[in-house]
Amino acid sequence: MSRYKIHLLVCGGTGCHSSESNLVYEMLRDELERKGLEKDVQVIRTGCFGFCEKGPILKILPDNTFYTQVKPSDAKEIIDEHIIKGRRVYRLLYTDPETEEHVPDSKQMDFYKKQLRIALRNCGTIDPENIDESIARDAYQALGKALTEYTPSETIDLIKRSGLRGRGGAGFPTGLKWEIAAKNNADRKYVVCNADEGDPGAFMDRSILEGDPHSVLEAMAICGYCIGATKGLIYIRAEYPLAIKRLKIAIAQAQEYGLLGEHILGADFSFDVTLRYGAGAFVCGEETALIHSMEGKRGEPSNKPPFPAQSGYLGKPTNVNNVETLANIPAIILKGAEWFSSIGTERSKGTKVFALAGKINNVGLIEVPMGITLREIIYEIGGGVKNGKKFKAVQTGGPSGGCLTEKHLDTPIDYESLTAAGSMMGSGGMIVLDEDDCMVSVAKFYLGFIVDESCGKCAPCRIGNKRLHETLGKITAGKGTQDDIEKLRNLGSVIKDASLCGLGQTSPNPVLSTLDNFMEEYLEHVHDKKCRSGRCRDLLYYVISKEDCIGCMACKRVCPTHAISGEKKEAHVINQDVCIKCGACMEKCQFDAISLMNDYPRVSATAAQTITES
Amino acid sequence: MSQKINIAPEAFEYMEKVTGAGGVEVKVNLPKEKIEKINSICDAFGNDPGELINVLHEAQHAFGYIPAEIQDIVAHNLHMPVSQVYGVVTFYTFFSMTPKGEHPVSVCTGTACYVRGAERVLEEFRKELQLEVGETTPDGRFSLNCLRCVGACGLAPVVLVGEKVYGRVSPDGVKAIIEEYKK
Repeated sequence: MSRYKIHLLVCGGTGCHSSESNLVYEMLRDELERKGLEKDVQVIRTGCFGFCEKGPILKILPDNTFYTQVKPSDAKEIIDEHIIKGRRVYRLLYTDPETEEHVPDSKQMDFYKKQLRIALRNCGTIDPENIDESIARDAYQALGKALTEYTPSETIDLIKRSGLRGRGGAGFPTGLKWEIAAKNNADRKYVVCNADEGDPGAFMDRSILEGDPHSVLEAMAICGYCIGATKGLIYIRAEYPLAIKRLKIAIAQAQEYGLLGEHILGADFSFDVTLRYGAGAFVCGEETALIHSMEGKRGEPSNKPPFPAQSGYLGKPTNVNNVETLANIPAIILKGAEWFSSIGTERSKGTKVFALAGKINNVGLIEVPMGITLREIIYEIGGGVKNGKKFKAVQTGGPSGGCLTEKHLDTPIDYESLTAAGSMMGSGGMIVLDEDDCMVSVAKFYLGFIVDESCGKCAPCRIGNKRLHETLGKITAGKGTQDDIEKLRNLGSVIKDASLCGLGQTSPNPVLSTLDNFMEEYLEHVHDKKCRSGRCRDLLYYVISKEDCIGCMACKRVCPTHAISGEKKEAHVINQDVCIKCGACMEKCQFDAISLMNDYPRVSATAAQTITES
Repeated sequence: MSQKINIAPEAFEYMEKVTGAGGVEVKVNLPKEKIEKINSICDAFGNDPGELINVLHEAQHAFGYIPAEIQDIVAHNLHMPVSQVYGVVTFYTFFSMTPKGEHPVSVCTGTACYVRGAERVLEEFRKELQLEVGETTPDGRFSLNCLRCVGACGLAPVVLVGEKVYGRVSPDGVKAIIEEYKK
């Protein structure tokens, strides 16, 4: 790497890739070649920088210049100005939304200031398709250290002392999981990496696999050494073609270097990794379902015990870890358990990667120490709510999680505090909602997802969630009653208690947590037939503005149900009890006097009706 | 789904006999090349029942969808009841038993896209293409589907036409996207 004077790092993550970062990469290379600079300036495609909102991202080293929304047509200017003349292209620099000043150095960006990157340590710095770059950043050193300096039980002890817990959602202590798998004797054992990231809006696992696949392979080998397994399997979603491609390259390169395969690093330890593909089933993120899917069966969960550590893939002891959990392992072994456990809160150590999405200014991937507050994440790192709207809630943990509201903004985030607040860590998706979002509709959206994804094996989840979804549909259509609200709560708690697997046990969370935090919205839908955000179409009303209506009678004539009353040259009124919301009046009105409102002047409407009737 | 497909041979160009588990013969109405293609896919995975999902991925990649005939052959090669293959095909949303359109339109209805208005975009596609989700136009040009999160949440709402990603799609922009492919 040293012979290059300047490095251009182009983000090659899925987000930037979708907005033509590939073309930016090609154009930069072409332009350098044209100028004869290809020996001095290196262009590489990295993993995700996390700042997906303003992609494609181009970072220039050594001066840390951070260009955003780079288009292929900008390549020439960047080479001419920045590389040749040494002048930054100001229009492409990130602009601080508060000071409205250009921020030349990425270290000065609020987005990065509060982050601490352990799992994402190499994302956006290395070329994930080149193992040499990974090795230059200490890849496979931890494996070497474990193989030569520690026994398997010492390694497990180190992981236990670090306090690392599963990042896939439930937060089970990783070291303990390994210990259980290690203690179960069998002729064959398996290490499985769960890369079936099904939670919509969460993309940390994909970004790690795309940006730093070797960290996961290395951790799997370390796990294999600890529990006595020689075979590793990565169960990855088929929807992640880029991650699959890079994993395949990484596995081949590691095998070539002898870092996977027989007698790794000369030690008496052999380990190899193969890929298994998911096929679009959310429930396969559950470990027993995942194992069945890997065996070529329907991905239905089964009762625990037996736990996978006792009887998993092909009936053998199997250790299943999430991608992000694994990505932490090499760093812990190299830097020590004490270093890792010094970060975070008392019971949740280290960092967590969150995917920020929804109505937030800086959509992207962030890694922060446990114990950070929601306020810091949303307002400092996330840059606040989009378009200056009012913050309403943040949905954490995806379809299994719940929402946190303004009153939770200053709670330090860790596994326990999120559970106490009625949500969960989950995979780490954070969807920010603003005042324009209807919480009843959001709950309905998640239930719709669950109904689609429920495997159907157990009745509480299969039938119960369907009923929850129908009841929510009734409420958003303005046909709900007070009984329906009670039904939601009762049914929700039954589903929680009686479902077979983690999917069903957490599926009513979006409903229960919105009931807890936004009861007033449910009541408005049910009693006032009103949706304050205007999201529920059935609760919108055609209203004639008194000021704008000139009384031309066009709407009255076109109304199929004769819901409109009013004399010529006088403001007309729509009788909401008769209106069927066909919209014909609004289409006919030439004076823009008719609009859709989430409420209508009830008293005056009745009064107007009495007048016309009398 | 039946084990044997009893259709008059002359109705098809080819009618091949497939010998599967226990020497049972089944007639399958597929051209010879197609049968050979499926056989070679199954062979590549060692006809191992544990590799069923990988076999189906390859089959779908080769044929675009997995009709009943293909499931028959896979079941025979992998020595399992065809009901089990059918069970797996219908369990996973990735597998389809109907062919997709020439330009498959997929609207992301993941959470991030949902809160940024994917529902209205989907509705516009339904209106413009006159399709319900999961359907294909009679001329086979377009099909409409939903998917959950491609991970480009910064570009929400996202629409995919084939492999091409359209970001920040508004309902007003739907017509223009379709026009691109109508020519």
